[in-house]
This record gives sequence, structure tokens and C-alpha cells, in this order.
Amino acid sequence: MSMGPYSAKVMDHFMNPRNVGVIENPDGVGEVGNPVCGDIMKMFIKVKDNIITDVKFQTFGCGSAIATSSMATELIKGKTIEEALKLTNVAVAEALDGLPKIKMHCSVLAEEAVQAAIDDYLKKTTGKGLPGFKPHDEPLQEH
Amino acid sequence: MSNRTYLDFAATTPTDPSVLAAMLPYFSEKYGNPSSIHSFGQETRAAIEAARQQVAGLIAAKPEEIVFTSGGTEADNQALEGIAWANEKNGNHIICSAIEHHAVLHCAEFLKKRGFAVTVVPVDQDGLVSPEAVAQAITPKTVLVSVMHANNEIGTVEPIREISEVIGRRTKDEGRKIYFHTDAVQTAGHLPINVAELGVDLLSISAHKLYGPKGIGALYIKKGTRLTPFLHGGGQENNRRASTENVPGIVGFGAAADLAAQTMAEENAKLLPLRDKLIKGLTTLIPDVRLNGHASVRLPNNVNVSVKFIEGESMLLNLDMLGIAASSGSACTSGSLDPSHVLLAIGLPHEIAHGSLRFTLGKQTTEAEIDLVLEKLPPIVDKLRRMSPLYPGGKK
Ligand code: FES
Repeated sequence: MSMGPYSAKVMDHFMNPRNVGVIENPDGVGEVGNPVCGDIMKMFIKVKDNIITDVKFQTFGCGSAIATSSMATELIKGKTIEEALKLTNVAVAEALDGLPKIKMHCSVLAEEAVQAAIDDYLKKTTGKGLPGFKPHDEPLQEH
Repeated sequence: MSNRTYLDFAATTPTDPSVLAAMLPYFSEKYGNPSSIHSFGQETRAAIEAARQQVAGLIAAKPEEIVFTSGGTEADNQALEGIAWANEKNGNHIICSAIEHHAVLHCAEFLKKRGFAVTVVPVDQDGLVSPEAVAQAITPKTVLVSVMHANNEIGTVEPIREISEVIGRRTKDEGRKIYFHTDAVQTAGHLPINVAELGVDLLSISAHKLYGPKGIGALYIKKGTRLTPFLHGGGQENNRRASTENVPGIVGFGAAADLAAQTMAEENAKLLPLRDKLIKGLTTLIPDVRLNGHASVRLPNNVNVSVKFIEGESMLLNLDMLGIAASSGSACTSGSLDPSHVLLAIGLPHEIAHGSLRFTLGKQTTEAEIDLVLEKLPPIVDKLRRMSPLYPGGKK
């Protein structure tokens, strides 16, 4: 069947997203909105000994937004906070065998959702958030 | 890919086999240039004039009032710019509705940059343009009003006759002509049209929306209406549109117009119950679904709903995986990443516009296909809602 503008990997993560849902009593929650088209991504993490032991997401958005959230959760699960913070939207897109140019901004949402969840975790544990963390509030220029 | 279900007839229709058959001789057998004096040219000239009669017949116009164009967009652009430039000295004000096709809206914006004033008349929550609002928007500088016959996204059919009457009244008061254009791309071949009854001076049609070929359309120009031409070159189309005629396209358009005139009533009798079954099914089987567009003053083939808490592209992709083709006004599908201007104009908040789905039915649509959508869509919606942070019923 047809897959529209997306790679087989994107479609796999879109049709069978990994780690969908909510974590009760999470150690960190991040919610970010996409100023470009108005989508919303929410990420929940569970952290033990500096390692992200569980992660779940909810997304209101397009196929790319759902697939990038799903891939981002896979890429940070089992990683240390420091490793998870190194995750970039480009890395998420590459792990999905690429995204159409106009859909790159959705992957930025995934990167920011991870950072927002970690920011919340750090605030709760250390009283200070992620230094310099500030989700985009200006329209992005990726496309 | 047999078993596919096409429910996007408002985007385009398949060329009817009889239309294609009518066109085929005009590629390699009857290929003369209609401007040529010899017999090769004369046979294609005759074919064009026969097609002109057929297209004129579809909208009860005179053949000499039909100018063939490259499609609906050119017809819309020609109507707006043609009237604007030809009447520049009499006034520089244009009125259009907020839900016009981009071929009208973007053209009006272009004219704005060239010194015209543009008033965009709002619509109500059903997408209806109020004739009174049009009357009030008219100024001593108004040269043209453009309101579409029916909207391509939400299917609402506009009160063109009533709008024409108020324009006529204001024309009298002002003592000068205010032209009235309607984009009938969604209605020509689908609803009966009589240009005199509608009271329009200009009307746009596109062949590929009525089972004709792509790349051909027409602008009806009421006798006596002067337009500044768009293309400059030869004297084709009575000096109103230069360029060697698209003979196969024109012949196909004529055949499609003829066919539509014969089959319209029967097709609508078939589509109306299917449309209503789909609307009723979607709004009763799935909670938090609203119908967009007018409930009854509506194209017989249009279903447009907003599914709350989820986004349109994700629904389209899921449907497409099952071979079902539909469309959406979601920002995520628009290319420009803005939600549909039509859905915003009827007052939908962004996130509801985001969840819009349009199914447009056509000749090939069967009841089994409607049942298929009603069977397949609810679980898709359910799955996507469970993923959505906006959905209050989400799994905890
Ligand atoms: S979330 Fe809107 S385009 Fe991807």
C-alpha cells in the first residue's frame, strides 16, 4: 500500500508507535507545542540512578510527529540523562531514514519534548532546570 | 492496488472513458491547427466550436460567451485581473468572500499589491455569505464582486442569485456597472446552472472536476463584458485568449459537459442518500465529531467533518494504508502549515480545523465503500485518540 511522503520506517513507527501512553507518578513530564502547525507532544520519564528506565509519550499531530516521538522514546530509553540530552532532531530523523523537508519541524518537537521532560526532572530533583533550556516559541525555519 | 476506495472527487475526477474516446482522434489523426485555412485546420476548428456549444449548453450560455482557458485557476485569475485592469479608471475596489479558492484570494492579494483595495466578506458558521454583507461592502469604487457558487472544502452552496440581486440594486444606485464573478468549479456539471438565473457576468469552470481532462477550463463572459486579456499573442478565442487551442482538451471538455448534462440528475439522486448516510454514520458512530458546512444547502457529494482531539494527516495516512483516499484541511497536510482558511473562516478553532476530514463522492462511489469507511474509521479514530494528550478519555 501507499505510504504517502514517508519512509517505511516512519510508517512503521507511525502505525505501531512504541511507548505510547502515560506514566503514573513520573519523575519528569515535558509538554511542548509546535508553533508551526499547532501540534502538541507530551513525554513522561522514569529515572533511576541517572538512567531513564521508562519513557512514554502522547502526541497530537501528523504522521511525522507521531513517528518522531516514538523513535525518540526508543533512542533515550536505558540511556543516562547526559546521553539523552545529546539527542538531536536530526538524529531522530536519520534513525527514521529521513523525513520530508516540510516535516523536519515535527522532529524538533520530539527533541524538545525529551529536553522538557528532563528539565522537569532536574527541577524536581535539584531545584534547578536544564541550563539554557527554552523551547522554540518562534515559528521555525526548518522547511 | 485494485480494491482502492477513492473518495476525493472534489480534488479531481477520472476522465470518463467516453470523454477519452472523443479526445483520442485529436492527437495524431485530426491534428490541424484550428487557425489554419486548410481542411486540417477546418476540422479542428469545427470540433472546437461544437465543444463550445456543449459547454455553453451546460450553463445555459451562448457559445460566444465561452472562452477556453487552461483550467479553473486561469479562469478565476482572468476574471479578476481582466475586470480589474479593464475598469481601473472607474474604480479600484474588489470584494470577495473569505472562503474563496486560493485562485481568487491570492489573485485579489496580488491586485492589492498593485493598488486595488480588497474587502473580504466573512461567512457565518455554516459558510454562507450574506447578501446584505456584500451590499454593505460595496463602495463607489467597487468594480467587481467574486463569490464562489459552492465551496470546495465544506460544500456549502452560496446564495448567488440573492447576491446578484443586491449587486444589481447597488449598480443602479451607483449608476455604473459592478461586475459579478462566481467560481463554479465545484458546481458545473454537478448542479444545474443557468447563468441568466444566477445573474452573473463571469463564471469559472474546470473540466477535470466533471469527468473531463486536466489542463482545460472555461470562463463564461457575459456578452458585452470587456476584459483585459491575460495572454498576448495570436487572435484565438476571439482575441480574448491568445495561444493555439488545446484541441483534445477542448473536445474532451465538450464531451464531459454533454455527459454531465445528461447524467447530473441521476447521479445526484444516487449521491444524496450516500452522502447523508456517511454524515449520519460518522456523527453517530464516533463521539465528538462535527459536520462542517451547511447541513442542507450543500453539494450532493460533499462530507466534511472535524474529529476532535486528533489531527487530519494521521487519519488520512491510516485510511490510505487501507486504500481509502480522502483529504483534510489540517495544517499538517497543507504544505504551508496553516490550517485551511475556510475552516478558520467558519469559526473553527485551530485544533478543530486540524482534525478535519473531507470525503467527496462521485460516479464510481458505491454504498459498500461508504460502509467500508464507517467500519474502518472509528477504530482509527480510537487508536489516534488514545495517543492524544488532548483526549480526556485517554488511557491512564
Ligand atoms: S505535527 Fe503538524 S506537520 Fe507534523
